[in-house]
Amino acid sequence: MPSTSHIVTAVDGGESSGRPMVKAEKVWKSFGKLDVLKGVDLEVMPQQTYVLLGPSGGGKSTLLRCINHLEKINSGRLWVAGELMGYRQKGAVLHEMKARDVAKQRSHVGMVFQRFNLFPHMTAIENVMEAPIRVQHVPRKQADTEAEEILRRVGLGEKLDTYPGQLSGGQQQRVAIARALAMKPKLMLFDEPTSALDPELVGEVLDVMKQLAVDGMTMVVVTHEIGFAKEVADGVALMDGGVIVENGPPGEVLVNPKEDRTKVFLSKVLA
Amino acid sequence: MAPSPSDQGEVAATGGPAAALRPDAIKAIPVRHWGRWISAGVVTYLLVALIVSFVKNPNVQWNVVGQYLFSPITMRGLLLTLELTFIAMFIGAAGGVMLAVMRLSDNPVLSWIAWVYIWFFRGTPVYVQIIIWAYMGSLYYTLYLGLPFTGLVFGSAQSSRVIVTFVAALLALGLNEAAYAAELVRAGIISVEAGQSEAALSLGMSPALTMRRVVLPQAMRVIIPTMGNETISMLKTTSLIAVIGGLEMFGRLQQVYAQTFEIMPLLVVACIWYLFITSILTLGQARLEAYFGKGFGEKEAEAAEQRAVKRAARARHA
Repeated sequence: MPSTSHIVTAVDGGESSGRPMVKAEKVWKSFGKLDVLKGVDLEVMPQQTYVLLGPSGGGKSTLLRCINHLEKINSGRLWVAGELMGYRQKGAVLHEMKARDVAKQRSHVGMVFQRFNLFPHMTAIENVMEAPIRVQHVPRKQADTEAEEILRRVGLGEKLDTYPGQLSGGQQQRVAIARALAMKPKLMLFDEPTSALDPELVGEVLDVMKQLAVDGMTMVVVTHEIGFAKEVADGVALMDGGVIVENGPPGEVLVNPKEDRTKVFLSKVLA
Repeated sequence: MAPSPSDQGEVAATGGPAAALRPDAIKAIPVRHWGRWISAGVVTYLLVALIVSFVKNPNVQWNVVGQYLFSPITMRGLLLTLELTFIAMFIGAAGGVMLAVMRLSDNPVLSWIAWVYIWFFRGTPVYVQIIIWAYMGSLYYTLYLGLPFTGLVFGSAQSSRVIVTFVAALLALGLNEAAYAAELVRAGIISVEAGQSEAALSLGMSPALTMRRVVLPQAMRVIIPTMGNETISMLKTTSLIAVIGGLEMFGRLQQVYAQTFEIMPLLVVACIWYLFITSILTLGQARLEAYFGKGFGEKEAEAAEQRAVKRAARARHA
């Protein structure tokens, strides 16, 4: 692909290439008495695209939300780019981080939601500029130029001054991706980014995500799009009942699954 | 617009197999709403009768109405009414936002303080609160600024000098309003989807920034109509301060008719002014609603085009 079609360039691949971008170790998460994650181990290396598959309620979205500390985990450890998320370890003691420090960590992790969650009172470009200006204190003019550039790259150069309410679902989701990318994140999390879209709009969002994968962005993607996983994923994990049932390269997990649970799931999804 | 025969021919020629000739627009005789016409006639007839009877009634004393409508007494009172309404609403709105945020805060101390405040100020009549503030001097003769139990005093003043009638009225109306406004603002904040905060937090925005830039501006859409309501209500509640000798418009007119017995004409004067100001406030509310409704309007497509044109112009100048 020609270099002009890059969406991101100079992706921060992590200083030492041997260190995982995301590392989860025996992560448990419960809501009240309900255990949603029951000891999840996961490693995502820099520049990898990792796809989480599985039935609803299996814990995929919760794991994603734990990675950027929107949810606090109850046990285990979770690192992003070598940093413990939400906590500071001093010797053997864990200290909860202040909201300001958590915010700082989150600013390096982009997230894209199923329901887009664009700010409806801001135009497309204002949505993209908001966090760089307010969080990273980028000068307004520079933020404007950069936001315009990113929106162009996701194919929305004509929609800069449009409010989300006037955009199609696919366009809104591309603005949401641009908004996350504007913070120059080390890692992008996608929570069922195409599930709320009309079938004919799914492609335009997946195309942007595929290009991001090619550009070397590290991504963790919760999706039901098996085709996307086959085409671009470096790793696939099937989650059910709060655990990772099976994981590995897509060529193995999706083509020759070892676990019966994976076979059943795939047969239903591909049917 | 009905297509001309030649247009239709073109459509048929260039359109694909699915393109059909557009048939003539439907011309049908509309349903006749006789009931509406009759009821409108009856209501108009009764309304005209009522207005004529009122306007022609010599007991209204229209000359007295005219005499007092712009008299200095009325004007001075009106000025105080407006001052009290706007300053009290400002205190109320600012206090309300603060209390609502405190009430929703993770900090149990702040949440509890806000709860007690709202409980107290909503739980007692504003009429009583006005009197309490006016008589505060009988409870605390002197006001001190200092640290309790330490004897440390930075300054002091006599209560009766600080809490003059105007200040007592403002405190009573403003602090009471804050309690009600707090609940309105809280309702507005709750109405904003949780996904909005999550999106802002996931961008690295702090909780305070998220509230200020993302949640509150959207909550305003819900808050403004009810706040407009509160402002109109406040306009008339100011008349209660007559009880502590505060002479806003209605208090002054009351004073006049207590001596001259021109009760009806002066009440008409008061109503005319209240209606006039309420009308202006209603217009102001509509403009605020339009401002905070950006992104939700029906004419958004045109507006977006205009903004795009402006952007292009800016880019050319840069």
